Amino acid sequence: MRSMSSYSRLLVLVLVAGIVLVPLVTVALGGFKTMGELEANPFGLPVQWHWENYLSALTGRRLWLSLGNSVLLSFGTVFLTLVVGTMAAFAFAQIHFFGKRMIFSYFLMGLLFPAATAILPLFIRVRNLGLLDTPWGVILPQAAFGLGMAILLLWGFFKQLPEALWDAAVIDGCSYGRFLWYVVLPLSRPILATVSVFALVHSWNSYLLPLTLLNSPGTYPWTLTIMDYSGEYSTDWPGILAFITLTLVPAIIFFLVAQKQIVAGLTSGAVKG
Amino acid sequence: MSGTGAINIAIPVGSPTRRSDKRRLALGRNLAAGGFLAPATILFTVFVVLPVVEAAWYSFYRWNGYGIPTDWVGWRNYLTLFNNSVFASAAWNTALVVAVSLLVQLPLGLALALMVARNSRSSMIFRTIFFLPYVLGEVAAGLIWRFVFDGNVGLMAAAARKIGIEAPFILADPDLAIYAVLTVVVWKYFGFHMMIYIAGLQDIPREMREAAEIDGASRWQSLRYVILPMLWPAIRISIFFSVVGALQLFDVVMPLTGGGPSNATHTFVTFQYTFGITRMNIGFGSAMGVVIFLICVTFTLLYRRFVMRDAG
Repeated sequence: MRSMSSYSRLLVLVLVAGIVLVPLVTVALGGFKTMGELEANPFGLPVQWHWENYLSALTGRRLWLSLGNSVLLSFGTVFLTLVVGTMAAFAFAQIHFFGKRMIFSYFLMGLLFPAATAILPLFIRVRNLGLLDTPWGVILPQAAFGLGMAILLLWGFFKQLPEALWDAAVIDGCSYGRFLWYVVLPLSRPILATVSVFALVHSWNSYLLPLTLLNSPGTYPWTLTIMDYSGEYSTDWPGILAFITLTLVPAIIFFLVAQKQIVAGLTSGAVKG
Repeated sequence: MSGTGAINIAIPVGSPTRRSDKRRLALGRNLAAGGFLAPATILFTVFVVLPVVEAAWYSFYRWNGYGIPTDWVGWRNYLTLFNNSVFASAAWNTALVVAVSLLVQLPLGLALALMVARNSRSSMIFRTIFFLPYVLGEVAAGLIWRFVFDGNVGLMAAAARKIGIEAPFILADPDLAIYAVLTVVVWKYFGFHMMIYIAGLQDIPREMREAAEIDGASRWQSLRYVILPMLWPAIRISIFFSVVGALQLFDVVMPLTGGGPSNATHTFVTFQYTFGITRMNIGFGSAMGVVIFLICVTFTLLYRRFVMRDAG
């Protein structure tokens, strides 16, 4: 009886794993096939491995340019979110000041706001600031939308730090800024990692904001380039599949290397709610 | 929600400090707080709060985005919206996504979480696999499944030919395409919800389950009366994220169907993008944005009030 249920458990798990993996694997393999073989033999290994699609994507400018743009946009977003969010969360957690509750609620309200609501006015604003088609035009709104969650997570961590730390720092004549930099931040590596990963994965994959705020293909992150690419070469599936696979490589490597932090980062927002 | 955290008062209570000193210190604290909060406040106000307020304002104009809005049309954008059959189908599709998220994705995530909650090596591997789609970009997921569903070269077509039936062009069929969208949504997000449940399961003390077992509870009884009630905080968070995510679904749909064929698979946001943003109908698109906003905020407030009541 027990082994029966453990077999059926394994069966379900393998089945679901198959549903997850088969599309991914066939896409990666599809990049090695010709159009004809893709039609005749979509699941199996290629009869003959055609490297042309991967090579032409790897030697072309487009893939690297778009990945570079993605790195710029997402690291810029992470950096800005961290710096600005840390300062604010520190003030909420460690400084006693007038209007604290109200200002804190103001930021939390941001968690409610769908980006879609703001997208058209954002376009107008970014255009009027002259930032359309520039990295800042995407980084600033993206960081602003991630700020609520970042402040919430960082604040939750900062306020658990022992009060004695600050008392000791004051006696040594320490300012808030030095206290944050030399005492709080070194203690906060885990939460900084969590917030960074959260912001990084979201901005690496972000689509609607860059789609609206960037117009020239030279500035596109991979999410926009891959859409353009699949539109232009719509009949050349092997080429598209190779390109898709290559754009996924950084994310998959990052996931396998930093899986623990990623799971923590992406679910902590949910668990803290 | 907004408790004031650790409050550090620089002066020990009862120290012989004069009032003016205290006042000066309070002023100093307020100035310091202002300095720390200024960048966040400016960024958040300029790029989140003001745009949302402006969306409400623009939604009463007909405007192509140049100059300043002058063509006041009152509620006309909203009326156009509510009389639009594509909007109605977008609303229906969005409701379907919510329903499938709640009725398929969450039970699936929960069942799998129960199967892989123990920290064995094989469980870890399955967890990694199940979580993978969540980490991959929505756009890539959409394109991958466009290939899977493609009527000529796709996997579904090949599978259909193998069992001897005609290959269906799922994405080209206005009646079927939405099911493709729903499939991809479940595929993409079930692992995320599974992780929420695993975190919840690991918070349940071992003794609770063992006690139930000792008392002779069957597996089903221990699930129904011990595990599920204790998992309720995780479940309600996962419901919340499913609904709010479904209401804003966009990235997956664009590469998969782009809202087509014949506008059959629009969600609220792809509708807004197609008819508001690409055509620079700022007023109309903003009206759609306001509707999304109202639905999200109403849901969140009601959910907080009635479901998350006892949560911090």
